[in-house]
Amino acid sequence: MTSFWSGYIIVLTIISLILVTWILFANRKTEVRDDNSRTTGHVYDGIEEYDNPLPAWWFKMFVMTILFAVGYLIAYPGMGNFKGLLGWTQVGQWQNEMDYAAEKLQPILDSYAATDMDALANDKAAMKMGARIFANNCSQCHGADAKGSYGFPNLTDSDWLYGGDAATLKTTILHGRNAAMPAWQAALGDQGIKEVAQYVISLSGRQVNQALADAGQSKFAMFCVACHGADGTGNKFMGAPNLTDNVWLYGGSPAMIEHTLRAGRNGRMPSFQDLLQEQKIHVVAAYVKSLGNK
Amino acid sequence: MSSTPQEHPEYNLKVVKQFAIMTVVWGIVGMAVGVFIAAELVWPDINMHLQWFHFGRLRPLHTNAVIFAFGGCALFATSLYVVQRTSYTRLLSDSLASFVFWGWQLVILLAAITLPLGYTSTKEYAELEWPIDILITVVWVAYAVLFFGTIAKRRTSHIYVANWFFGAFIITVAMLHLINSAAVPVTTWKSYSIYSGATDAMIQWWYGHNAVGFFLTAGFLGMMYYFVPKQAERPVYSYRLSIVHFWALVGVYIWAGPHHLHYTALPDWTQSLGMVMSLILLAPSWGGMINGMMTLSGAWHKLRTDPILRFLVVSLSFYGMSTFEGPMMAIKTVNAMSHYTDWTIGHVHSGALGWVAMVSIGSLYHLIPVVFHKDGMYSTKLINTHFWLSTIGTVLYIAALWVNGILQGLMWRAYNADGTLTYSFVESVEASYPGYIVRFIGGAIFLSGMLIMAYNVYKTLQSDDKTSEAPVIQGAA
Repeated sequence: MTSFWSGYIIVLTIISLILVTWILFANRKTEVRDDNSRTTGHVYDGIEEYDNPLPAWWFKMFVMTILFAVGYLIAYPGMGNFKGLLGWTQVGQWQNEMDYAAEKLQPILDSYAATDMDALANDKAAMKMGARIFANNCSQCHGADAKGSYGFPNLTDSDWLYGGDAATLKTTILHGRNAAMPAWQAALGDQGIKEVAQYVISLSGRQVNQALADAGQSKFAMFCVACHGADGTGNKFMGAPNLTDNVWLYGGSPAMIEHTLRAGRNGRMPSFQDLLQEQKIHVVAAYVKSLGNK
Repeated sequence: MSSTPQEHPEYNLKVVKQFAIMTVVWGIVGMAVGVFIAAELVWPDINMHLQWFHFGRLRPLHTNAVIFAFGGCALFATSLYVVQRTSYTRLLSDSLASFVFWGWQLVILLAAITLPLGYTSTKEYAELEWPIDILITVVWVAYAVLFFGTIAKRRTSHIYVANWFFGAFIITVAMLHLINSAAVPVTTWKSYSIYSGATDAMIQWWYGHNAVGFFLTAGFLGMMYYFVPKQAERPVYSYRLSIVHFWALVGVYIWAGPHHLHYTALPDWTQSLGMVMSLILLAPSWGGMINGMMTLSGAWHKLRTDPILRFLVVSLSFYGMSTFEGPMMAIKTVNAMSHYTDWTIGHVHSGALGWVAMVSIGSLYHLIPVVFHKDGMYSTKLINTHFWLSTIGTVLYIAALWVNGILQGLMWRAYNADGTLTYSFVESVEASYPGYIVRFIGGAIFLSGMLIMAYNVYKTLQSDDKTSEAPVIQGAA
């Protein structure tokens, strides 16, 4: 803030406080006159006005709030660029609390970080911490029970898009994941979409229109195998789902599968590196790992 | 005083009657929407999965309807009535008065259509899009000309205190509306604020808090300053107190907005100024309560028989309570817990139901028989029933949200020995459920009182005209 604006704020604040104080003191009177003569003499639609003094307790309360304001503005930032005698800032307050927390927690986190995640998954205290980190950071998408919902994977089953070992889970949480299933409408056309969808459904052994599925097979081989593999079992390096296990992230009905084929999918798991830091992610990854053990 | 005329001229009561009736109508509509969205928080599926009934669409409809439709009509009715009677002169122009009435109804109608359709500027309490904002500006300027033009041709030497408050409310709301709603239109129903980032937030809450300060406080204090002494038939307690608290109120309120943005990207200095000015505001706010309450000294016995006076007195109590609560919540350390919780909504409703609605209801029960030339309201008993329903409804509502707010604030900040948060957000939502039910019940009780009022008003209009000679207030047109 330039010194002009700082000065502007200071002057305006002081003038306002002075004016408020002045109007209060200028209208102060303590004597109560004889009852008969104490209206102002104005009459409005039958309404008269007494001229009673300001209640003393109210007057004192008013003065006290003004004094508090002056004291506060000396102690804390308020008057433009003047930082206040206490040197308080909200960022400083936040930093102090973070430092305090770090000091208290660091020994616990250090000991967890030194423990292998698979071992940590059996540590009750660590898993309690993991569960609470999960509840506040992960449950919004994956659900309080971690069973996921439409577009958000179930973390309690054995089906993993990118791999369910502890190290991979940690990588996923640290850096996030960006899935990229392209849209195939242009390449396949309406008929092609129908055919490939039928073929994809046949991979998990469900009833299909065999003629359509057969026609879809060659198209699947041309467009889909690069990610989902020749047998449709997917590719964990790319997060390409296994299409043979009848687990469907975006719904397994013919209509939903056709929609996925037509428009593509861009699932996104955010990175939690900045928000949680590596040591907490170590714990929560172990927690997610433990979910599959149940 | 020698310059005070004794005779009342023929006033324009048509516009007063129109606004008075619409106050009851919009009160029921706005509160019904409020009860409905309160029910949505208990039974989410009653939105029928239709976008127009979603909480996010109907909440602004509720706030706009109760503040600007119900509260607005109450202020128009009473200010245009009071300014005539205390200035002993007819309104400046009948056609301007007509324009203000129909213009404002059009604004409300457009709000009721566009908000559920999802047209919004996203500014709280200023959601209406730019074409409606322009209409509001035109109507408001007409209102200002009408009001101040009437003041200018008054037949008294001084201006009565109620009119100071109405005047401050009209001028400041004009300024707030123009500055906060400044936007760049991109289509007929979409515009973007000309401010950005923290500046936009600050302008918004400068507007938001002064909408409370000038629309919902100064305006209704104007109402109080006429109807309390009138109904109590007592002189106003202290002229000098009204001078001090008027100037201090209008001078300090305008600084208080930053307390809505504690611990945000708003600079520290702005937050501090907002906080200390909010604390100073306690005494000026209470000045109005004291002046109203003390006006009753010597007339307390009337409370036993006069439910209208009860409405007015209890409204002043709620006013005093919420203007104590407000400065407390503006303190940073309190705000750190109360902010973003239901406590804020409870606080608003102790002001909105307890103060704004109850002072309006009391004033209307005084005003309606007078302007419609009746001996009195159809049923005093029903006024009394309404009084108790309003009081119980308000108390249930705010108590439920105090509990919820403190519960949420404590749950959000609780943490364990290992530094993790004790509760997830959704657990605090789950814990709030009983409070939501009580809040819904409280709101429904308050609304039922309004329905009784509508019936009472209807029966009053059906009743025979006043038989006794009352030349002072022959209705116009």
